[in-house]
Parts: sequence; structure tokens; C-alpha cells
Amino acid sequence: MSGSIDNVVEVHDLTVRYGRGERAVTAVDGVSFGARAGQVTAVLGPNGAGKTSTIEVCEGLRRRTSGQVRVLGLDPGGSRRDRRALAHRTGLMLQEGGVYPSARPIDVVRQHCGIHGVADPNTPRTLIDLVGLTDRARTSWRRLSGGEKQRLSLALALVGTPDVVFLDEPTSGVDVNGRDTIRGIIRSLTERGCGVVLATHELDEAERIADRVVIFDKGKVLVEGTLDDVRKARQAVRLRTLRPLVLADVPSSISDWLVEVEPGHYTIEDAPQGLVAALAVWLSEHGIDVIELRAGLSSLEDVFKRLTGGAS
Amino acid sequence: MSGPLRAQLGAELRILSRNGEQLLLTIVIPVLVLVFFGITDVLPSSFDDHMDFLTPGVIALAIMSSSMVSLGIATGFERGYQVLKRLGATPLGRPRWLLAKILTVLVVEIVQVVVLVPIALGLDWKADDTSWVLALAAVVLGTFAFGGLGLLIAGRLRAEINLAAQNGLYIVLLLLGGMVIPFDELPGPLADVSPYLPSGALADVMRDTLVGTSTQASTSWIVLASWALAAPVLAALTFRWE
Repeated sequence: MSGSIDNVVEVHDLTVRYGRGERAVTAVDGVSFGARAGQVTAVLGPNGAGKTSTIEVCEGLRRRTSGQVRVLGLDPGGSRRDRRALAHRTGLMLQEGGVYPSARPIDVVRQHCGIHGVADPNTPRTLIDLVGLTDRARTSWRRLSGGEKQRLSLALALVGTPDVVFLDEPTSGVDVNGRDTIRGIIRSLTERGCGVVLATHELDEAERIADRVVIFDKGKVLVEGTLDDVRKARQAVRLRTLRPLVLADVPSSISDWLVEVEPGHYTIEDAPQGLVAALAVWLSEHGIDVIELRAGLSSLEDVFKRLTGGAS
Repeated sequence: MSGPLRAQLGAELRILSRNGEQLLLTIVIPVLVLVFFGITDVLPSSFDDHMDFLTPGVIALAIMSSSMVSLGIATGFERGYQVLKRLGATPLGRPRWLLAKILTVLVVEIVQVVVLVPIALGLDWKADDTSWVLALAAVVLGTFAFGGLGLLIAGRLRAEINLAAQNGLYIVLLLLGGMVIPFDELPGPLADVSPYLPSGALADVMRDTLVGTSTQASTSWIVLASWALAAPVLAALTFRWE
């Protein structure tokens, strides 16, 4: 598999199957996508879509049934040398857990810094401060709130200045302030060129921070692209009128673009500059009763619902 | 010691010291058993000096508590809370993880011996026929046998069930193991089996090395060595990291 150097993660035709024989379950079914350095790639999909299985294969925590995976050009399921090199250069956040309940945040961050060979003795403190746990540094894990646990897990993902970071549902159970902190940290990661792969089922969260999105459903990738591409893939203009238009009366400069979903409901995809304005003028000049005229990118949720048949 | 190993060992010891029940299990209970039966002399042993029977038995009990129960319970919870999975994605590696575990048990055992032996001596244990070097070998074999058993159980069961299983096995082996109850006081079939359990073999070997008297020294050494080999191998073959 050859790929551009910019791709920090390349997944090609990945399949992950659990169990054997008749009880076998295919969690990931021939998935391909890429993630780039300096960008946030959001892996979206309902629970059970295969997001976590895919990410865990990339992290080297899960065996794949078939397909190829490269992270920073190395194979996370490959030789001991590849896996060791990746362990030094990747950071990750599990969906849950990962810390002993009686352990204290500052001690856990110190432990991980030691394991990664981080020489600067101030790093653990800096990371604790960065994720906003300064006042909770000596509170045992089991007494932290859900959001504080997530932020500690994020701090562990940052240990060793990784080149690629995998985050599995990083904002689940996190309050508004915590979300701001986490978004700020993710932004600073991409600013220094780190690639971030983020699995989430929260579409509005992805909409806020993702550069690229990969939409999963039932173990397959439905669509992959930049956030803008995916959002405007369909229905950039939506028009609903009280009575159906007589399309023959509409000037061809407009009607050529109109797609009739059903009588009285029309869409325009990839509308050229000025078309929406021309449409609005024409509608008004001809006294047509408009129920809705909306232009702009469709929300990720609209796209997602259409693709997955309503599941969210 | 390498940086990652030192960091992991430090974390293991810190967690251990923050868990009161571990201290109870590995230090307080053996001390209580030693002091209570040392003062009362109610155990039905055939030994002239009851401390010669009791001291090796309590040290065997202490080894079992640190290398099987303490190690097993902690590892079970680490599996349950995905700690092992998380560490699996760091540069630590499994060999260093295992080495940190072994060193942690070793540190606890040193503390146990440093606490228990002076108490035994204070209770008039003579220690005049003791081979400390052989006793050390017995401790090492016992550690591998019980450590293997602890990880064998912890590597398959859910954390809460593992907790119950480790504690249950501890009680059963304490009662059957010839540690505080002599083999010949057990009912017939149990008396035949218990010398071949790791607990019975370790207690017998500890008596052989610490006081020079035993039930079947050479057989017990072979039995203990077999457990020390088989249990860790089985654990390694069946262990699930998550």
C-alpha cells in the first residue's frame, strides 16, 4: 500500500471479526480511510458501528482479521520493532477506565512519563495543569467526576509528545467547561502537526472540531471527506412552496438546477454564485407563497440521518 | 534499573501502600496468627517446641498471601479497569510489567520477613537449626508457585469473582495446608492430599529449612518445584489481558 507522507493513518480494506463459526460477528467490514497530520479526523457512527474496533486495531490493541493498517508508516499489528516505535509515537485515550481506582492523577501521569522516558521532572505537573486538574491532582481516580476522569485520560494521551493521537469518545460525560478545555487541547495538538483521530457519536462535537469526517454504520464506511464536502454533499438549497411550481414557467437558468423531491419540495445541489438570490427575486416577483427557503450547508446530523436511515 | 521499570515498580508499590486491605492481608493477619498461637500454644502439633511448628507455617502463610492473594487481586482489578490494556499501548512492554510485579511481591516479602522473624524470636523461637540460604530458595519457589496460581485465576475471572476466588482459596489452603494445622490432624483423605498442595509443600519445606524437621522433605521440595514450574506456565498460556 503506497500512500502520501501526510497520511498519519491509513486503513485499507480492514475487517475485524469476533468469534468463530456460526457465532462469528463482523464488527468491521472492509473499511478504508485515512487521517492526516495536523488535522482532526472524526470517526462518526452510532454505537456498535465498528468505530472502537477500528481505532483499537490502529492502536495495536486489537488483532485484525484482514486488511492493511499503517500508522506513521508502521504496522501496529506487525513486528515488535514497529509496535515499540509506535508505542513511543502515539498517544491514546480508551473509551473508559485505564487507571487503578485508588491511584492519584499526579502519580499516574508521573508513571506514564517515566514509562515514556520523559526526562523533564516538571512535565507531569504541566500536563495536570493543562487539562485543568490542578486542584484534583491528589484525589484518587475513583472520586473524580466523569469529566475529570476523561481529562486525566487525555493528559495520559499527551505524554511523550506523540505524532498521532487516538481519542475514543473524549467528551462523553464532560461538562461544558471541560469540553472547551478538551477542544483547546485538540486544537493545539493539530497546530503543532499532530494527527488526531477522534471517535464519537456526538455529531455537534465533531462539527465543531473536525477537519475530516468518516461516517461508519454497521461496520462499513458510508462516506469520507472534509467536513464541508460531507455537509454540502446534498441539499445545499432547500425550497418548499405552498403550491407546486410549474417548472415550465421557471426560467431555465434556475430550473436547470432545481431538483424536485416531490411536488412543492425542491433542492439545489452545488448552487452557483447568485443563483439563490435570483431564485428569491423570481419567487417574490411572481407572488409565489414560500414555506421555506434555506440556503447553506446541511447539518452533519441531516447528512448522518439520511445516510444511516435515522439511527443516531 | 531502567526508567520505565522504575516508574512501573514505583506505581505498583504506591497503589499497594494505598490499599489498607492489602496491608491487613499480608502483614496484620500473619502477625496476629503468629502472636496468638505463639502465646497460647493450643495448636495440636507433635513438635516439642510449638514455635518450631508455628514459625515456618506462618512464613509460608505470609508468602501465600503476598504472592497469590495480593498479586492476584490487584492484577484482577487491573484487568477489570482496563489498566493492563492501557499499559499495553505504552512502551512498557509485558516483560517489564511482569518484572515489576515480581519485584513488588519481593519487596512485600522482605517486609513480611523483617516483621515476622523478630516477633517469632521474641516469642522464644530458637532458630538454632536454621539454613537461611535454603529457606530463601524455598521462598523463591513458593513465590513462583503461588504467584502463578494467583495470575492463573486473575487472568480469566471477572474482577469481583476473582476477588472472592482468591480469598476463598486462601482460607481453604490456610486450613488444609499444614501451615497452622498439622497434616495428621486432618481427616483421612485430606491428610493424604494436603502435602501435595502448594501450601502443604511450602510449609513442609519451610520447616525443613528453618527448624530441620519435616514430614517428607525431599518429596515436598519436588512437589513445590513442580507447582513453581506448572502454575506460571499455565498462567502464561491462559492469561487474558482484557
